[in-house]
Amino acid sequence: MDAHKLVRMANEIATFFESDPDPAAVSDGIAGHIRRFWDPRMRRALLLHIDEHAGEGCRPAVLAAIAANRKSLTPPAA
Amino acid sequence: MYSVKEPDAGTPERNSSEQVTLEIDGRAVTVPAGTSVMRAAADAGVRVPKLCATESLEAFGSCRLCLVQIEGRRGYPASCTTVVEPGMKVRTQSDPLAKLRRGVMEMYISDHPLDCLTCPTNGNCELQEQAGVVGLREVRYGFDGANHFKQAEKDTSNPYFDFDPAKCIACSRCVRACEEVQGTFALTLQGRGFESKIASGDTDFKSSECVSCGACVQACPTATLVEKSIVERGQPDHSVVTTCAYCGVGCSFRAEVKGSEVVRMVPNKDGHANHGHSCVKGRFAWGYATHKDRITKPMIRSSIRDPWREVSWDEAIAYAASEFKRIQAKYGRGAVGGITSSRCTNEETYLVQKLVRAAFGNNNVDTCARVCHSPTGYGLKTTLGESAGTQDFDSVEHADVIVVIGANPTDAHPVFASQMKRRLRAGARLIVIDPRGIDLVRSAHVEAAHHLQLRPGTNVAVINALAHVVVTEGLHNEHFVRTRCEQPAYDKWKAFISDPRNAPEATEEVTGVPAAEIRAAARLYATGGNAAIYYGLGVTEHSQGSTMVMGIANLAMVTGNIGRPGVGVNPLRGQNNVQGSCDMGSFPHELPGYRHVSDPAVRALFAAAWGVDIDAEPGLRIPNMFDAAIDGSFRGLYVQGEDIAQSDPNTQHVTAALESLECLVVQDLFINETAKFAHVFLPGSSFLEKDGTFTNAERRISRVRKVTPPLAGKADWEATLALAEALGYPMQYTHPSQIMDEIARLTPTFTGVSYAKLDQLGSIQWPCNDRAPEGTPVMHIDEFVRGKGKFVITEYVATQERVTRRFPLILTTGRILSQYNVGAQTRRTANNTWHHEDRLELHPHDAEHRGIKEGDWCKIVSRAGETILRATISERMQPGVVYTTFHFPGSGANVITTENSDWATNCPEYKVTAVQVSPTGEPASTWQRRFGEFSEEQDALLPRTDSH
Repeated sequence: MDAHKLVRMANEIATFFESDPDPAAVSDGIAGHIRRFWDPRMRRALLLHIDEHAGEGCRPAVLAAIAANRKSLTPPAA
Repeated sequence: MYSVKEPDAGTPERNSSEQVTLEIDGRAVTVPAGTSVMRAAADAGVRVPKLCATESLEAFGSCRLCLVQIEGRRGYPASCTTVVEPGMKVRTQSDPLAKLRRGVMEMYISDHPLDCLTCPTNGNCELQEQAGVVGLREVRYGFDGANHFKQAEKDTSNPYFDFDPAKCIACSRCVRACEEVQGTFALTLQGRGFESKIASGDTDFKSSECVSCGACVQACPTATLVEKSIVERGQPDHSVVTTCAYCGVGCSFRAEVKGSEVVRMVPNKDGHANHGHSCVKGRFAWGYATHKDRITKPMIRSSIRDPWREVSWDEAIAYAASEFKRIQAKYGRGAVGGITSSRCTNEETYLVQKLVRAAFGNNNVDTCARVCHSPTGYGLKTTLGESAGTQDFDSVEHADVIVVIGANPTDAHPVFASQMKRRLRAGARLIVIDPRGIDLVRSAHVEAAHHLQLRPGTNVAVINALAHVVVTEGLHNEHFVRTRCEQPAYDKWKAFISDPRNAPEATEEVTGVPAAEIRAAARLYATGGNAAIYYGLGVTEHSQGSTMVMGIANLAMVTGNIGRPGVGVNPLRGQNNVQGSCDMGSFPHELPGYRHVSDPAVRALFAAAWGVDIDAEPGLRIPNMFDAAIDGSFRGLYVQGEDIAQSDPNTQHVTAALESLECLVVQDLFINETAKFAHVFLPGSSFLEKDGTFTNAERRISRVRKVTPPLAGKADWEATLALAEALGYPMQYTHPSQIMDEIARLTPTFTGVSYAKLDQLGSIQWPCNDRAPEGTPVMHIDEFVRGKGKFVITEYVATQERVTRRFPLILTTGRILSQYNVGAQTRRTANNTWHHEDRLELHPHDAEHRGIKEGDWCKIVSRAGETILRATISERMQPGVVYTTFHFPGSGANVITTENSDWATNCPEYKVTAVQVSPTGEPASTWQRRFGEFSEEQDALLPRTDSH
């Protein structure tokens, strides 16, 4: 999957949830949305991009949400 | 089967709690106050002769045939215009009445041609019938009434009906139908007495303002206005009630049939969505079903450069199944998927998603709602708790303020638009929020109180500004919010929306809408009585589509405009079964009934019923499928009834994805743009060829009934069954009713739905279950489906699709009345008479600045691609914004749209594309030339048979 496209999608999700004044809600919102709507290969590709490129291009809120919810976002082994 | 002729009580039904009892010809009858004597007589089983009266129109009282005698009254009042009174004693038959009626009929017949034996409506003509009823035996004035018979010229300009003034009796039913039913006011009655003449303005029907809805044809009591199909093929011998396959209004029709050939579609007066009305598409544009382009034999090929080979159903199905199995074995279980269609029935979409989940073993199923109303699903589920509109269409009759956002109902949902216009003519106020000057802004007897002509892409800023005014000016409904909504979420939202950055004065520069207009519109919405919002793809097809839907829900909740007739949040669905295809579990994250695949209890329910484990992970959405295809992890796709190569954005990306597939199975009526990339073609069945149900924009489930046998031998659901069986997952259904029974067993909102109940009630709006055994016209009455309504913060975020010096204009897209979606159906009808090409609409200033004149070829270039269209110059556009439709594949409208999409659902941002427009001498772009060549190549690969 095109990592740049996934980063952009994650950033757009983050931009929506960042308007919530509650930081926990921001993190849960971003991670929850990705968990609920992204196919495992998309999540896997985003996590790989973050790991291999130090989260290049991701908004801080995306990185924070993924760091806090890494386990639930990691797809089961293919 | 239904009888072709229907009873006609002469005047409209009245609803009143007060009942009136009277006596007609010695029979006591009780009717609602306000009912006409004519209708009361019909209720009592007494037929009063009539010509100018019909129950779809208000009484007119001109023909003088329906005269009656009323005890205690002088003279002979017309029964159609006389309202019942308690104790009234009416006589409908007497010697003086008979004499009067015969005299009136003599006058009509003296000026009417007596060519009954060769007349297309012979035996189905009200004039002929009434002449018999009144006992006409002589015409003392002769039969040479030259006015109409010899001098009048027939108007055959309309492709679907003829107008023969020679046969006109000047009853005005056509004029009144155009006004009262359709609301177009295209017809007039000119002249007086024998000079009376119906006219479509100063021109013929085709060139007039007539929208060819056919209401006039239906209302005509003679053969003055008659369908060409009836002239050519004769009258039907039986009819079948079914549901239209076009837009989300879901009109009920009687398909009138002669033998096994449809000869006419007549809107069903008992249809709950349309009440006997229709548009040009539903009534007339059904010829595609038997068009010579139909493919009626299965075909296969191993490469898209190979010729197609016609094969048996068994061979095609076996080949498709073996390819899907091979791909899964090689690339993994998740390497294949399916796409369902909003043009197919509930039962068919249910089966496709079941095939994907049970036979493919993954959740890679999506539907075309992805590219239209997926934000509606997300936004309304989040705020209100259910992924559906809140009202029935009839609710609009109780609305005092109507807000239309990003929708063009007169073109895209014409029958509901007529109902809406009736309410507007009766006094409701209208707010239009749209970049274009759509017809509703100002048309015959309708004018918007406010047209908020915003810049494309600024919807959320406008909806926030409206809510800001409501909250900061204290116009909100405190009681509703306190009792019906989540207080903490409201408190957070209130703080957000009250911030000065959301004030109309602050957003004016971004939206282009004057602050005073926003304030006035907000005050009207909040204080004008029942306020209802209707919206379309101008809301959803944006990078903030879901945010906007939630903004709309916020506004409705804060003003208490939810949970009763006349209010609500109403998505106008583009295609006939958008609601249904979503309900049926077509989304990759949800099982039927909008239940997430991660819910173990839901999975267990379906696993037990289907005998397989259900994948707990969400699958790929359509744009993700394209990316995964290019990436190489997705190799096989089953597409039922969709044309993603034409309808989805960034065409070149889509076709590159399709070319990457090792097995593409397309099931369709025609070789559509997607089928040109297919390896297996399964011939589809039209809506006339199968049983099933559609669910319209108001959650109304209506029956689709088989009118003619499937041309290819299988209905679509049967083809899916065969494919599932070949994949090793046999499903045991012998009729679609059994599929609905399974849906009802597994889906709480459908528990009470069955074909038997649909036959009994005519249609049902879900939820239909023990709590609402006959369905639910209005939702969220006492509480929201989610319990308390949830306010959501909707910060405006500008789209990344920015105008620049290189791309200074914004392109937005839409549809037109005569064409439908990708045009696969309507392009194969005479609707092309009105719209035979997509054009670029632009404002005179933008045209002049670029040296573009009406009809010139102009090049449109975006960041994604370029195409060439002819120009139409129109002040409906605002400067800086251009517009086109996407009904013709060669137009390449989606070559220029980008992959930007809604943040929540990936619904494409069709409505905002930055472009440059320039005149050109070339009639085709590089892409269009390649497209033409590729289409010719693919056409040459089709088997040469009589059928294609």
